[in-house]
Amino acid sequence: MGRPLIHRSPMPGLGLSMGITLTMLSLVVLLPIGALLLKGANYGLAGIWETVNRERVWAALFLSFRLSLFAALFNLVFGVLLAWVLVRYRFTGRRILDAAVDLPFALPTAVAGISLTALYAPNGFFGQMAAEIGWKIAYTQWGIFIALVFVGLPFVTRTVQPVVEEIEREVEEASATLGASRLHTIRHVILPMLTPAALTGFALALARAVGEYGSVIFIAGNIPLVTEIAPLLIIIQLEEFNYDAAAAIGIAMLLISFAMLLVINLIQVWSRRRIGYV
Amino acid sequence: MSDITVTKGAPARFRSATEEAPLARWAMIAAAVLGLGILVFAPLIAVFVEALARGVAASLASLATRDAQEAIKLTLTIAAISVPFNAIFGVAAAWFITKFDFRGKAFLITLIDLPFSVSPVVAGLCIVLMFGANSLIGGWLVANGFPIVFAMPGIILATMFVTFPFVARELIPVMIEQGRAEEEAALTLGASGWRVFWTVTLPNIRWALLYGVLLCNARAMGEFGAVAVVSGKIRGQTATMPTTIEMLYQEYLSVAAFSLAAVLALLALVTLLLKTALEIRHADQLAATHRH
Repeated sequence: MGRPLIHRSPMPGLGLSMGITLTMLSLVVLLPIGALLLKGANYGLAGIWETVNRERVWAALFLSFRLSLFAALFNLVFGVLLAWVLVRYRFTGRRILDAAVDLPFALPTAVAGISLTALYAPNGFFGQMAAEIGWKIAYTQWGIFIALVFVGLPFVTRTVQPVVEEIEREVEEASATLGASRLHTIRHVILPMLTPAALTGFALALARAVGEYGSVIFIAGNIPLVTEIAPLLIIIQLEEFNYDAAAAIGIAMLLISFAMLLVINLIQVWSRRRIGYV
Repeated sequence: MSDITVTKGAPARFRSATEEAPLARWAMIAAAVLGLGILVFAPLIAVFVEALARGVAASLASLATRDAQEAIKLTLTIAAISVPFNAIFGVAAAWFITKFDFRGKAFLITLIDLPFSVSPVVAGLCIVLMFGANSLIGGWLVANGFPIVFAMPGIILATMFVTFPFVARELIPVMIEQGRAEEEAALTLGASGWRVFWTVTLPNIRWALLYGVLLCNARAMGEFGAVAVVSGKIRGQTATMPTTIEMLYQEYLSVAAFSLAAVLALLALVTLLLKTALEIRHADQLAATHRH
């Protein structure tokens, strides 16, 4: 006999809490996702492939994933730096900076979208500066990149920050006593400790960026093949009541983001095993 | 006699072995300030600058229009319905997961987290496919006069989908950390299940619950992608604040769009303020993944 499905417990409320949890989870999340997969199954693999295998769709998928990757990489580096500065240094305004890191979580994406567009459009504050050196940001892939950096900004900082707080100074002191330079200590002692948390934050930022819609569509310009993101293609198909095609692109996006999460989880497991920190 | 030289002024400060060189430190602080300044503060300020571009009166007048008023009302209604539902779910799920041992717990947590890795647009698409007029359930509901898609129930479902994990995620780590001992003691002393919940568990988790509700509410009021798909954006009926912002912006009504955006930005600032206050005052009762 294996383990029982549910262990006996003196705690009350098993039926009620399980009932609410499973009912709401099914109704709000699982059944709708199931409806998408069912639609895809009816449409058939051949149908999905036929929809996805078009230049415009490939271009949008490739664009979404490529720029999300770049933005998440930027956030990986900047997020670790930010976590370090916010935990280790004391300076005026530190608390405000710390609170500001969460603004991208709190600010609605549509608000961020029109605001970034106002800043980076050719007549905007940053747009004008960039235009003087002949750099066009809004309505190009640069604009999408900036919007994706904005929405993914908090993830790495927030996962790395608690880890930096828990680093024991003794470890750094030991490293220094053994003759390591500060840079050597950072590279070989501190950064490895931060790696698993940083990768978790990176994965979250990446997943968020891939599906992002609101903050991107205003600044992107939405030119097919050039600055058209994958979520927008779904909306376009839906507006034409082309549910099969919308479902096909939706399933492709789901599969690719799950695959990416899986790969990143494997990297995490590997790095934890190699470095030995959890 | 005196081969000891006395240094005038402050003694030279030695750098601790666990500190970076002052120059490196200042460079990193400068990078952090500059980076957040450009990426976060500039967009925030830009919202208010654009909203007030034609003066306070013009901005307020745009908020007084019927479309804006209806959008604000709808957004408040949506949040007032979807947030309590998700709070109840969060408490129930956290209770189920932390007070009982069962197989597949990790899988259940993964399923609860699923909405975080699904694009809001795909979430909206899922709801359209499930409850749209062309679907089996949706067709029946429409025939019986209860449409979901392009109506309020659809917007609520979409909002609940994207904010689904917020409360549960906040509560689960806190309740794992607190263990079951206090509840078990209360039960031994003869308290009923509900009494244990109201007098033992809830006081222990109230700040974490408030924290989760705060984040859930901010996202619920600001959700755009999922709502844009399911709502149909019918002016005065199913246009929420974020979708109204989009419509106004595309009609080049910049002041009106940014004024409505400024209301949402103020809400975001209040959320951050409350969140920071909670983190400072009740840090020990929030999830360990946040700052101690």
